[in-house]
Formats: sequence, structure tokens, C-alpha cells
Amino acid sequence: MFSKKECVAMLLAGGQGSRLYALTEKDAKPAVSFGGKYRIIDFPLSNCVNSGIDTVGVLTQYQPLTLNEYIGNGQPWDLDRMSGGVTVLPPYQAKDGADWYKGTANAIYQNLNFINRYSPDYVVVLSGDHIYKMDYSRMLDYHKANNADCTIAVIDVPLSEASRFGIMYADKENRIYEFAEKPANPKSTMASMGIYIFNKNMLEQYLINDAKDPASSNDFGKNIIPTMLNDGARMFAYPFEGYWKDVGTVNSLWEANMDLLGSEPTFDLYDKNWRIFSRNHAYQAQYIGSDAIVENSLVTEGSEIHGTVINSILSGGVYVAPGAVVKDAVLMDGVRILSGAHVTNAIIDGGTVVGIGAVVGAEAAEDGTRKVVVIGNGVTVEPGTCVEAGAIVSANNQ
Amino acid sequence: MSAVGIIFSNLFDNNLPELTKSRALASVPFACRYRLIDFSLSNMVNSGIDNVYVVTHQNYESLMRHIGSGKDWDLARRSGGVKLLPPLMTAFAYQGSVSYNTRLESLKNITHTIDRLTEDYVVLSDCDSICNLNLTEMIEQHEKTGADVTIACKNMNITPDKAAAAVVVSYDEIGRVNDVIIRPEEVGNANVSIHILVINRRYLQSILHDAISHNLNNLYLDILAKNAGSAKIFAYEYDGFYSNIVNLTDYYNCSMSLLGDSEERNSLFNVRHRPVLTKVHNTPPTKYGADSKVVNSLIADGCVIDGTVENSLIFRGVKIGKGTTVRNSIVFKDTYLGENVTLECVITDKAVVIRDGVKLCGHETQPFFIEKGKMI
Repeated sequence: MFSKKECVAMLLAGGQGSRLYALTEKDAKPAVSFGGKYRIIDFPLSNCVNSGIDTVGVLTQYQPLTLNEYIGNGQPWDLDRMSGGVTVLPPYQAKDGADWYKGTANAIYQNLNFINRYSPDYVVVLSGDHIYKMDYSRMLDYHKANNADCTIAVIDVPLSEASRFGIMYADKENRIYEFAEKPANPKSTMASMGIYIFNKNMLEQYLINDAKDPASSNDFGKNIIPTMLNDGARMFAYPFEGYWKDVGTVNSLWEANMDLLGSEPTFDLYDKNWRIFSRNHAYQAQYIGSDAIVENSLVTEGSEIHGTVINSILSGGVYVAPGAVVKDAVLMDGVRILSGAHVTNAIIDGGTVVGIGAVVGAEAAEDGTRKVVVIGNGVTVEPGTCVEAGAIVSANNQ
Repeated sequence: MSAVGIIFSNLFDNNLPELTKSRALASVPFACRYRLIDFSLSNMVNSGIDNVYVVTHQNYESLMRHIGSGKDWDLARRSGGVKLLPPLMTAFAYQGSVSYNTRLESLKNITHTIDRLTEDYVVLSDCDSICNLNLTEMIEQHEKTGADVTIACKNMNITPDKAAAAVVVSYDEIGRVNDVIIRPEEVGNANVSIHILVINRRYLQSILHDAISHNLNNLYLDILAKNAGSAKIFAYEYDGFYSNIVNLTDYYNCSMSLLGDSEERNSLFNVRHRPVLTKVHNTPPTKYGADSKVVNSLIADGCVIDGTVENSLIFRGVKIGKGTTVRNSIVFKDTYLGENVTLECVITDKAVVIRDGVKLCGHETQPFFIEKGKMI
């Protein structure tokens, strides 16, 4: 027996995030570290819990090991529940064959049986690759007030960038009358955030029909949303104001990390009314040594700093040796920067060692262009060597 | 081997009246993100002891909150796990007068629990035994020597202020204990008990009933010293970080000893496969402002530091304003220091607010203490 839930969230976390290169060689994008203590998936998961949604299905496909381990029983997000909680939903073998998740819509379609256990009235579909804080319960209220069939969260983007997004055209009441996926000549700046609320019964019907269509690419943006619009469904845009960042590229991931810095940061992690939860380690307090300089940075427990750290984000257990300089960099769990090494404009994945005197990356050019170095998991940068600005180093191509 | 742990949480509350006003000694905050009991709990969990009793007597609300279900130590178990043992009080007889002043008195009060134990060994630990001790190894030695009791000992210098709480254990070259001396007259180097004992469960059960019959009240004096000849009592030598807490200055010194390029710190926290576990708070990382200056300090997560911090321990969620200097001080969780504040040799309890421009100064032999929630 499963108790009824008004709303179930389905979190799409199977994407590779190929534009993060070495960072997603062994991990799915939602499992990529962010902001010292977090992984990208912590943001939608914490948003769910803070919005009162306690039943979340996480759809995994690409390199799920770290993600599965990380989510575990859901305890860090208070999602270890007797009723509901978090459930990891990998692709599976069925009586009439086995399928990978062919598209976002197909992934939900294959898990309709999960959704139906809770007989929800509404389904929230989320993606695991954005950094933002959003109260889905307010979006749900908006959905109900409009008596909508589907509500899509939208954010205002500059017209020059609109062609990278799914763009909505809506009337004064925000009712959507047209939708264009990555249009060449966009005339609206209302971009889809990939956050949908559907009436469950209608979603189920559309998913079933979509699955029968061999020509469909089984995608929400390409198939489900346009078909619903054609059929005259009541679809509304929910305008979101606030920080929202796609961290699908090296530069955007670096920028989003930097947005956490400063006395009035663009994105605030310290808001006690909207806490972001994450799985924490048993690290001791961070130690800042006698000759260390730490300026405008975030540093996490377990780190030990003897060198210089400026404008950087350090995850747990990072070691910065005397004489080492870290500037404008993101260092993930357990990275060791040995003495005399210089790291500038870089994202360095967990367990990497930067050897004595090595130089990684370079300052931004005078016109402000910045080439961010990416060093993958477990790489060792040999002492005295140099890693050029913008280079991608992984354990495979080293 | 099967073992069960028993931790005493209240015995020495009066050593530290300032910090135990609102909590048991076991839940006194320590080293930026821990409570004293974390060390005993972690020692047990890291050695596979997953059935732990915490004996409480009074003032244990904060301890209950800290331990919760025990999940942070992996002790939220269907069988075993961590359990608080509050004093037995019934509607018919108020047992508040029951004495809980010594380890043996505490054990006598939980005889009903100890009688039901089935494990081979019982590990007794004080809540302020701050150390990272390998109990698996200690129990192995206990088995090998066929001992009834094994006492963990460390060779260390006893300072006069620590002598009153010290128990000196003298033993021969094979480790067999021949005498146990409480309150040693002479101070100096000696093998002292670190108040972690492994006892055969049956032996413990028998001495407890004997202690009740004969009204014995001191484990070291009435049991171990008296039986050193007849029972097999052995010492287990430990040489990592150890401290107990005998007063506020001692607490201060013990905390400060974790700073510097400290081997001590590593032998407490950085032992492979033996992490010190504590309750997780989900605080964000600590933010260091553009004008911050931090030197030789231990800092927990969730702080926002815009001032200067030297030789200090800063707990979770502390805000340090611009122009503020914190030197040789211990600042507890959620303390708010405004701008241009100066602290020197100060201990602030939780959630203290110090307004702009205030200067407070203690001395390293007598740190200035500010109680919980106070605004200055």
C-alpha cells in the first residue's frame, strides 16, 4: 500500500553533460561537484524538500555509480521516508524487451508505474543540471489557479541568447500559444527552464500516445509540449525571477561557482529559509596556517591551507602547501596543490595532485577572455610541468 | 569478539560549570564542530561496536538533540545502536536521590540493563576521554592476556591542576597491573588511566552485585586497586592525543593545543580509517571576505569572516564583521561579532552577540567566558 501524494517529482538525472569533458568522464552531470560542498543535484532535491514535495523519482542512465551512492537512501535531504522519499529509477528490462531511456519523455513513460503507485494529481518534471532556488509549491498554486493542464517555468533571457533555449510565446495571462525549440530568430525572451508541472492524467495519456509514435524522439521539448499545444491544452508560463544558471559548459560551471563569492553574492548559499542540503563527510574543521592568505573565497571542512587562496572555491579535504598560489579556481574534494605550484582559472576534479612548482592555467587576457583549464578526476600534474590555459586534462589523455 | 559500550555523560559536569549550565559534559562543544562524546562514540563505532549505552543523569536535553537517532554515527540500528539511559524514576518512588557521583555508582544504577547484556566484553568510557583509540586492538590484547579488566593508559606529565582527577596505574613489564592510585600526591611523569576500560561482561556483572552488597562506590579504589592481586588486570598502552577536561582553563589549553603544525591534531583527527564522526549540520562552506586575514586557526563551515582571526577556534555559523580582531579565543556556534570588535583570550558560548566596537580581554591562564545567548 502506498499513501496518496498530491504531487510527485520526477528528476531527470541521466544526462552525460559532454560539454563538461573530463568532469563527466566517469560521472553524470548532476553528480558534478559545485560550490565546495554540493553536487548539482542537491539544488533540485533541496528545492523539492523545501517546497514540501517528499516523493521524488531520480531517473539515472549515464554513469550512475557516484550518483546512486550519493543519493543513497535520501537521508541528507530528509527523503528517507516510509512513505515516498527518494527512489532511484534506472532503465530496466521488461517482458517485451529492454530499452535505454530514449528521451526525456520516454524516461518518464517507462516509469509511469512508479508515479501511479502514489496516485498523484500532479507531476513535476525537473532536470538535474541547473543551479537555482525555487519554490515549486508556488508554481503548483499558480498551476491550480489557472486550471492549467501544464505549466512551464520560464525565465527572461537576453534576446541575443534566446536561440539557445526553448522559447515560449504567451498572451497577457501568460497562456502559451506557441513554442519553439532553439529558434533561429526568436521574437520572445521567455525561455523554458525545463521545469514542468502536468496534470497527471493528461501527462500519462500524452506519454502513452507518444510512445506509440515511432517517428517521435520522445522528448518533452520536441514532442510532448508541441503536441499538447496543437491539441489546445491549457498551458501556462510561470515567470521565475531569481538566479538560474545552466552549468552545462566549463565556463558556465566556473562562472556559477564564482557567483557565490563576494559580500553580496549573486547566488546566496547562506539563506536559512531555503537551505541547500548535501551529503557531508566526517571532516575535521579547516585549518588555516600561519603563513596562509585566504581572500574572497569559500573553503570547506577538512581543508588545510598554508599557501595563498584568492577568489576560489575549495571543497572538503583540499590541501594547499606553503608557497602554492590558487587564484580564480574551483578545487574539488581532496585536491592537493603542492608547494610552489600556481593554479589560475581552473576547475580541478577530486583527488588530483598538482606537483611541486607546476603551473596550471593562466590569468585572463586583457580583453577579459578567460580560458578555464579542466583537470579530471585523479590526475597527477607532474612537478614543474605546465598546463596551458583552457586545456582539458583527463586521466586518459594525460 | 562481541562488545558493548557504556559512556558516562554526566560524571564531571561540575569540572566545567560554565559550559555545563545548559548541557551535560558529554555535549560540550569542542574543536569547532564536535561535542566531547563524539570521540568515545567514534572510537566504538570505528572498532565495530554498534551497541552503545549512554548513561545520563541530568541536563541531557542537548545531548539527546545531538545524538538524535544515532544515524550520524551509523548507530540508528534496529538491533543495537545508541541508547540513552536516563535515571530510573517511577510514579511510586522518586529516585532523584540516587547517587550518580562516580562511575561505579552510575553502573549500579543501570544494573538492570547490565544484567541483560550478552556480549563478551563491556567497554567503559568517560565522555571527556578525548582521544582516537583503536579499541579493536585493545580488545585483542585483552583477549590474548586473558584479562578480567584492561585499562587504557598513557604515559604523560601530570600537572598539579590535573592531579586531582588523575588515576595512576602501575604495572609490571608484561603489563599486569599491581596498583592503582587515585589523586597521586606526586606530580610528574606517570602512566595514567585515560578512563577507557575493557571488562569481561561476567566479571562486571559479578563486581556490580558485590558493590551493591558491600556499598562500594569507587571503581578504581574499591574494585581495581583492591583486586589488583587477585584479578587479572592489565594495562593497554596508548600514545596518541589524549586529554580530559578538568576546568575551563584546561578546556581552553586543550583546544589551543590543536593549533599549530600539530602532530597532536593529526593523531586525533587524521588517523586512517578512524574518522571522528559527529552530527552533520548541512552548513555551507565558510566564506572569507576580501579583507579577511586568518592565521593559525581552526575554522568550521558556515562562517562568514570579514575580519582578522589569529590563533583561534571558530565554530559553525559564526559571523565576524569588518575591522574585528579575534585573537587566542574560542568562538562557539552562531556567535555574531559586529564590526571593530576585539576579542583576546575569550570563550563565547553559543549564539552570543557582540556589538560593534566592544573590546573584551581575558588571559590565557583565565580566559574570559561569555555565557550562551548573551548580548554585549
